[in-house]
Amino acid sequence: MRRISLALLVALLLPALATGASKGTRLTLVAYSTPKDAYGQLISAFRKTPAGNGVSFSQSYGASGEQSRAVAAGLAADVVAFSLEPDVTSLVQKNLVAKNWNKDTYKGMVTRSVVVFVVRDGNPKKLKTWNDLLKPGIQVITPNPFTSGGARWNVMAAYGGALRSGKTPAQAVDYLGKLWKHVVAQPTSAREGLQTFLAGRGDVFLAYENEALFARRRGQPVQFVIPKATILIENPVAVTSISKHKAEANAFVRFLHTLEAQKIFAQNGYRPVVPAAARGFNFPVRPQLFTIKYVGGWAKVEKKFFDPKTGIMVRFIGSSGG
Amino acid sequence: MAANAEALSAAPAARRSLAPGLSIGLSTVYLSVIVLLPLAALGWKAHGWGAVSTPQATAALKLTLGLSLVVALVNAVAGTAIAWTLVRDRFAGQGLVNALVDLPFALPTIVAGLTLLALYGPKSPVGINAAFTRWGLLLALLFVTLPFVVRTVQPVLFELDRELEDAAASLGAGRFTTFLRIIFPSILPAVLSGAALAFARAVGEFGAVVLMSGNLPFKTEVVSVYVFGRLESGDSGGAAAASVVILLTSFGVLLAIGALRRWVTRHDR
Amino acid sequence: MTAKYALRFASLGYLALLLVAPLGFIFWRTFEHGVGPVWAAVTTPDALHALKVTLVLTAIAVPANTIFGVLCALAIVRHRYPGSGIVNAVVDLPLALSPVVVGLALLLLYGRGGWLGGHGIVFALPGMVLATIFVSLPFVVREVVPVLREIGTEQEQAAATLGASALQTFRRVTWPAIRWATAYGVVLTTARALGEFGAVSVVSGRLAGQTESLTLYVQDRYQSFDTTGAYAAAVVLALLAMATLLLMTRLRPKEGIQ
Repeated sequence: MRRISLALLVALLLPALATGASKGTRLTLVAYSTPKDAYGQLISAFRKTPAGNGVSFSQSYGASGEQSRAVAAGLAADVVAFSLEPDVTSLVQKNLVAKNWNKDTYKGMVTRSVVVFVVRDGNPKKLKTWNDLLKPGIQVITPNPFTSGGARWNVMAAYGGALRSGKTPAQAVDYLGKLWKHVVAQPTSAREGLQTFLAGRGDVFLAYENEALFARRRGQPVQFVIPKATILIENPVAVTSISKHKAEANAFVRFLHTLEAQKIFAQNGYRPVVPAAARGFNFPVRPQLFTIKYVGGWAKVEKKFFDPKTGIMVRFIGSSGG
Repeated sequence: MAANAEALSAAPAARRSLAPGLSIGLSTVYLSVIVLLPLAALGWKAHGWGAVSTPQATAALKLTLGLSLVVALVNAVAGTAIAWTLVRDRFAGQGLVNALVDLPFALPTIVAGLTLLALYGPKSPVGINAAFTRWGLLLALLFVTLPFVVRTVQPVLFELDRELEDAAASLGAGRFTTFLRIIFPSILPAVLSGAALAFARAVGEFGAVVLMSGNLPFKTEVVSVYVFGRLESGDSGGAAAASVVILLTSFGVLLAIGALRRWVTRHDR
Repeated sequence: MTAKYALRFASLGYLALLLVAPLGFIFWRTFEHGVGPVWAAVTTPDALHALKVTLVLTAIAVPANTIFGVLCALAIVRHRYPGSGIVNAVVDLPLALSPVVVGLALLLLYGRGGWLGGHGIVFALPGMVLATIFVSLPFVVREVVPVLREIGTEQEQAAATLGASALQTFRRVTWPAIRWATAYGVVLTTARALGEFGAVSVVSGRLAGQTESLTLYVQDRYQSFDTTGAYAAAVVLALLAMATLLLMTRLRPKEGIQ
C-alpha cells in the first residue's frame, strides 16, 4: 500500500518537474477583470508578429484596485493593464513604473469606453437618466469603489452626470449619497458585478459599455442604455520598471496600439484609441459626454472621493444596502 | 553478566538522548515557521480598530455568530439522529451512507458551494433559489459541518452499555423517557464537542459561502468574506484587526462550550 | 416501530437533500451532453495547468506534514515535550482558523513590507505551498497521538534494553503500530490539501497557468460564465474527493456502525 502511494506521488511530481524549463521569453500581464477575452486574442495575434515570436505570457485578471495592490505587494509583472490611471500612478509612486510611462501619443491609454446602465431585457423599469435611478424601489448594483476600478468610473459618471444636469458640486455629492442608498450589492470587481446582476439581483447594473457588450455576446438576457451624460472611460497600460524583459514588454505595448490590435479591442466591445480602428463599429457618441478632467482630474478626485479614511465614498458605502 | 547488561542499557540511553532533542527541535522549528510566525505577523499588523466597529463589520460579525450558532444547534439534532440511524438501525446500504457522511470532509469547499448553487440557485431545476439569501448561507454551512456531530456521537453510541436501557425498559420506562434519562446524558458531552467543532468550522467558512451568498453587506456578508473585502480594499490592517476579533470571539464561545461540557460531565470524574 | 422508520426517513432524507441531490445533480448537468464537451473543458491548457498546480501543492504538503506529524506526535507523547498542552493547541489551530485569515497572515509576513517580505514568496507557488501546508498540518499528528498513547512504551523500552538504536526501535516497533493511523492521517491531509481554496485565494496572484490551483480555476470559470468548464473542473475535484473518501473508509479506525 505504501509502495503504491509512493509511486503515485512520484508519478504526480514528474510532470511538475518536466515543465520546469521553458524556452524563450515569458511576460507576465496583470490586468483588470474584464479584458480577459480581448487579451487572449491579442496575445495570440502578437505572437504571430516578428516582435512577438517566441514570447509566452502568464496572465492574471482581477479587480483593478486589487491587482494594482498585488503588484505593489510583490506580484511580479512585466505589463500592467488597469481600469484607470490612478492604479498605475500608485505604482509610479512606489517606483514600480517609470515616471514617463504616459508621455506617448496616447497618454498611456490603450482603450476607451463609457459608463452605461445595464438593465433587464425590455428595460421594464424604463431607466434612461441618472435621475431615473432615484425612483423609489429601484435597486442598483455597482462594484465596491475601493476594489474595483470600474466602480470608480461609475461614481464619477454619476457625479459628473449630476453636474451636467445643472447641479452644484454640493448638490451633486448629495445626489451620490441618495444614489448609494439604492445600492443593494457591492461586489469586488466589474465582472463579479455582472454575475450578481445576471443572477437576478437588482434592476440596474452600472458598468463599462464593453462589459455590457460582453454579456450580450454571451447571450445573456440584458440590454444597455447609455445615459446622455456619461463619462469617457480611458484604460491605461504600462510596462513595469522591474520587468526583466523590457524590450519585449515595450514591443507588446506598441503592438496594442497598432490598427490590428485596436480592431481586436473593438471587436470585444472596447472603443479604440486609434480612430481608424473604429470604422465599421457602432460606438454611439453621447451629447453630454465628459472626461475625468470635467470633474477635476484623478488626483483631486482620488483624494476627495476615494481616500480610504476621509473620502466621501467611505460614508456612502456604509449606508448602502441596509 | 550483570556488568554487561548494565553496559548495554547505558549505551542505548546515550544514543536515545539524541532522538528526543531531534524530534522536539524539528517539530518546534516547523510549527514556529509554518504556524506561529505568520500569526504573529497578523497580530502585529492588526490596526485600524476603528474599522472593526463600523456598522458593516458589526453586521458581518452578528450574522456570522448567529448563523454559526444555528448551524451548531441544527447539527446537534440532525447529527445525533444520523448517528443513531447508523449505529442502532439496520438497513441495506448502511455502509454506503456511513461513508457518505465523510464527503464534506473530502470535498473542496468551492465545489460544495458550486453543487449547492446548481441545485438550489438561480438556475435551479426545482425552483428553489436560495442564492444571495441567508437560507443559502445556512445551506452551505450545514453542508460543510455535517460530519462533525455524527462522528463524535457515533463511537459513544456504539460503546453505550445496553443493559441500562434494558433495565429501564423492564421497569416500565417508555422509549422517550429512556432516551431522555439514560441515553441523552451519556451522549451529551459528545454532542457538545461535535457542536463546538461545527460552530468553529462555520465561523471561518469561506469557499462554500463565497459563491452562494452574493456577499451583500448587512444581508449575507459573513466575517470571512468581510475580511477578504477589507484586504482587497487595501486595508490589510483592518482585515487583520477583524480577523483577531473573530478569533477571540469564537475562542470565547469555544471555551464556554468546553466549560459547559465539563460541567455536564462533572459527575463522571 | 414507526419511530424507528420516522427517524430513518428523516436522517436519510436530510442526507439526500443536503448531500446526495446536489452532487448527483451536478454530475448529471455536467455529463448532460456526453463526455466529449467535459473532456474538452478539462483538457484545456489552463485546466491542465491548474490540475498540475493542485497536484504539486499536494505532493509537497502531504509528505512534509506526514514527516512532521509523526515526529511531533513522538515528541508530544514519548519525549514529554515541555508545554505539550500548548503544542497541542498550536497544532489544532489550523482547524479553527478561517482559511482567509491564514492567507492574510501569510501575506502580512511574506508580502512586500512584511518581516520576511520581498523574496517572491507570495503571489507565487512558494506562498501557496506554505498556505497548503498550514491548513493541512494537524491531521497526521491528531491520528497518531492517540495510538501512541494507547500502545504504551513497554515494547519500545524492551527493544532499547536489547540494544536497539532509536532508529531501529522506530522502524521495528513503533512504526508498525502507528502506520495505519498515519495512513489515515495522510489521506485526510491529502483531501484537505487538494481542496484548499480560501488561503490560496489570498496569496495567489491568479496567474493562469502558474499560480491558479484547480479550486481557483473552478471559481474563475464560474465567474466567466463558463459553467461547463466550472462544472467539469468541479467534477474532477469531486472524483478525487471520492477516491480519498474510499481510502478514508478503508483506513478509518473500525468503529461506529453495526
